[in-house]
Amino acid sequence: MKIRIKFCKYGEMKFIGHLDMMRYFQKAIRRADIAICYSEGYSPHMIMSFASPLGVGLTSDGEYLDIEVKEAPSSREAIERLNQVMAEGVEVTSFRKSPEGKAFNAMALTAAADYEVRFRQGCDWEGWQEDFDAFCKRTSISVVKKSKKGERELDLRPLIYRMERQGDRILLTVAAGSARNVKPELVMEAFASFVGKELPKFALLVHRKEVYADMGTEEARKLVSLEALGEELS
Amino acid sequence: MRKLALDDTILLEVEKPARYLGNEINAVYKDKSRIDVRFCMCFPDVYEIGMSHLGIQILYDMFNRREDVWCERVYSPWVDLDRILRERQIPLFALESQDPVSDFDFLGITLQYEMCYTNVLQILDLSGIPLMADKRGEEDPFVIGGGPCACNPEPLADFFDLFYIGEGETSYDALMDAYKEHKRAGGRRQDFLLKAAQIPGIYVPSLYEVAYEADGTIASMKPCVSGVPKKVERQVVTDLTGAVYPQKPLVPFIKVTQDRVVLEIQRGCIRGCRFCQAGMLYRPTRERELEMLKSSAREMLRATGHEEISLSSLSSSDYSRLPELVTFLLDTFGEQGVNISLPSLRIDAFSLEVMSKVQDIRKSSLTFAPEAGSQRLRDVINKGLTEEIILKGAGDAFDSGWSKVKLYFMLGLPTEQEEDQKSIAWLAEKIARRYYEIPKEQRKGKCQITVSTSFFVPKPFTPFQWAGMCTREEFLERAHTVNQEIKDQLNRKSMKYNWHEADVTVLEGVFARGDRRLSGLLLKAYEKGCLFDSWTECFHNEKWMEAFEETGTDLLFYTTRERKKEECFPWDFIDSGVTKSFLYREWERAMAGTVSPNCRLKCQGCGAGRYESGVCLRRSDDSEETEREEA
Repeated sequence: MKIRIKFCKYGEMKFIGHLDMMRYFQKAIRRADIAICYSEGYSPHMIMSFASPLGVGLTSDGEYLDIEVKEAPSSREAIERLNQVMAEGVEVTSFRKSPEGKAFNAMALTAAADYEVRFRQGCDWEGWQEDFDAFCKRTSISVVKKSKKGERELDLRPLIYRMERQGDRILLTVAAGSARNVKPELVMEAFASFVGKELPKFALLVHRKEVYADMGTEEARKLVSLEALGEELS
Repeated sequence: MRKLALDDTILLEVEKPARYLGNEINAVYKDKSRIDVRFCMCFPDVYEIGMSHLGIQILYDMFNRREDVWCERVYSPWVDLDRILRERQIPLFALESQDPVSDFDFLGITLQYEMCYTNVLQILDLSGIPLMADKRGEEDPFVIGGGPCACNPEPLADFFDLFYIGEGETSYDALMDAYKEHKRAGGRRQDFLLKAAQIPGIYVPSLYEVAYEADGTIASMKPCVSGVPKKVERQVVTDLTGAVYPQKPLVPFIKVTQDRVVLEIQRGCIRGCRFCQAGMLYRPTRERELEMLKSSAREMLRATGHEEISLSSLSSSDYSRLPELVTFLLDTFGEQGVNISLPSLRIDAFSLEVMSKVQDIRKSSLTFAPEAGSQRLRDVINKGLTEEIILKGAGDAFDSGWSKVKLYFMLGLPTEQEEDQKSIAWLAEKIARRYYEIPKEQRKGKCQITVSTSFFVPKPFTPFQWAGMCTREEFLERAHTVNQEIKDQLNRKSMKYNWHEADVTVLEGVFARGDRRLSGLLLKAYEKGCLFDSWTECFHNEKWMEAFEETGTDLLFYTTRERKKEECFPWDFIDSGVTKSFLYREWERAMAGTVSPNCRLKCQGCGAGRYESGVCLRRSDDSEETEREEA
């Protein structure tokens, strides 16, 4: 049976990187005595995969991992058991049966993510709010994306599905996943350079709110949270 | 939620911020307003090393079982954070409460190897605690040292208020009680030290004075106030099964060196290798009962979620119930994907069978530690392993599909000659030939024999404490001899040779048998920037050599000199359980090339019998044991 787990990560846990979070959950699942399945061979490993790595320093309300289990308790009991063995700063919020098949695993499904971005104290500038509103009106946002293969120019705008400001918070919905992934930091750097500025180191507080699958088409996206695709176990 | 001592931007700046957060699974949090004693436990090396240490986990658990004590942890900040703490004048803090170390009642520092001594000074310095014990005031924590290097604490005597000599499980309760009483009564620092010095196993260096002979050796060491014992008794746990053992070990977020459940199956070793300090100090050999180990294994795996369990002891094969224990672990946890790791196993039919169950034969390697290349020298060091046993073990393993062998040796052992050094290469060659006796179509390519040598350091409380040590040049020459000889072997292409750094070894030798006059040298080296000396990338021998020069310390006095029988050693004030006369008898037997049988075969009268524990109690079932050993 395939299970999708959703959790949030906050506080000092934001300093724990993606690989360490994977190790953390492997141990947590043993502590909670969830009957997870293992691969074959001399060094069997748990059948477990994460939707989308979260960078060090970011917090989140919408982290996902899929696991394969032999049998599962009810969603309620599983959440309770897992939360009993969590460290402070990680909380499991959902444990649901999810559709079978490779195309339906969390990583393959990931198409977009919601972020809330704020400036760290002292890292913003006078009038940045107006600057940002002007930035939101742009129809193209050209950035240079650095990769292993070198640098290439890219228009970010079509990959930003929503961009708005609410007071001092910036809300973004951007493309995510293995095919096209936009980091909110990249959008914010583009914003800064739009007004001729450069962001200081660690200027942003980034919080991921949700990760989505796209159940629509390229023309008409239909974003559905990864959690909503599963069903509650009673 | 706690407020962290470091702000976000520092934590994002440094490598592996998780080193400084605490919050690990099974970390203990208490309300500090309801605590009488705050104890900060330190392993003076980087987090990943310190978190892998079993002793700290035992003591952390033991202290925190007491409602009136809160034990927290601190590790050496890596060089990146070290720089930031100094620049911004942020005091070093404990992981759990994130409070400054200087707020604590005690700072306990475990001394696991000599090359962490500059890190001890770093911890004190960054905590804002005066480096020299005699400069500390009423507000400063008591700094207490422990661990294996505390069996010769003298080079650190000036920096510590107290040392705990021996196994931690026995006397800390008495020390904590005495401290509570002292705090309640509002006594002065000096009063507590005097009281503490009367607790068995507690050594207060400032209460002793040392006089020297003209040749630099020690004339005498005596208490300078009354009521302080002339000899400090090393502490030994007599009931190991009943001693505290953590059921909920800490689980770090980042990968550490020992990322698994560690089950200490026994303490001590019956073998009596003459170079081995642990084998002499942790006497008598004491086993934990099988049932206790089974339930501990179950509980610790459940509480940590670790996917591996490792048996810990100096020589696992000597644990009398090993087959039952291993079978239990395999049957109970094998299904759950738990790996079982069995270090320090003797290679025989049983261990090969077990290993074939728990590891991938193609990838894993067999480990032998003959320690010396020739039988003559193995007799000198009392290492029972013979060439026949090694070749038989390797041969059986090759027949079962293994093709990788690791061999560990020491260079610079007492009486060692060129022939002994070359024998290392010859032994490797014989093992390789045994491999190639297997018909070509049955073996899987080449075999891989990795030969590693470390350099021998004579240690206190061993029969070799009288021995002279090689110079740096002599060490390297010996490594060169081995290297050349390996290159001359027929099967050289199946061999790989690694040797240890000689510079670090020499310093280790200085501090291992050093006296309290070395504090100036250590301080000078630290002031010159020496830190993390056990990390190759951080070690600067030239700074150390300058420190010797500038403090007028004679390196060779501490290393190459062979000691006379009657010499008074800096550590002679410790009653380690093993008598000096036994050690000297063993030194003489070594020089005569005579082996001594192990503790189960025949008691050698080392002195540990007085504890009436472990192997020293096994009189009635000795005969059966003897037959098995001889067979």
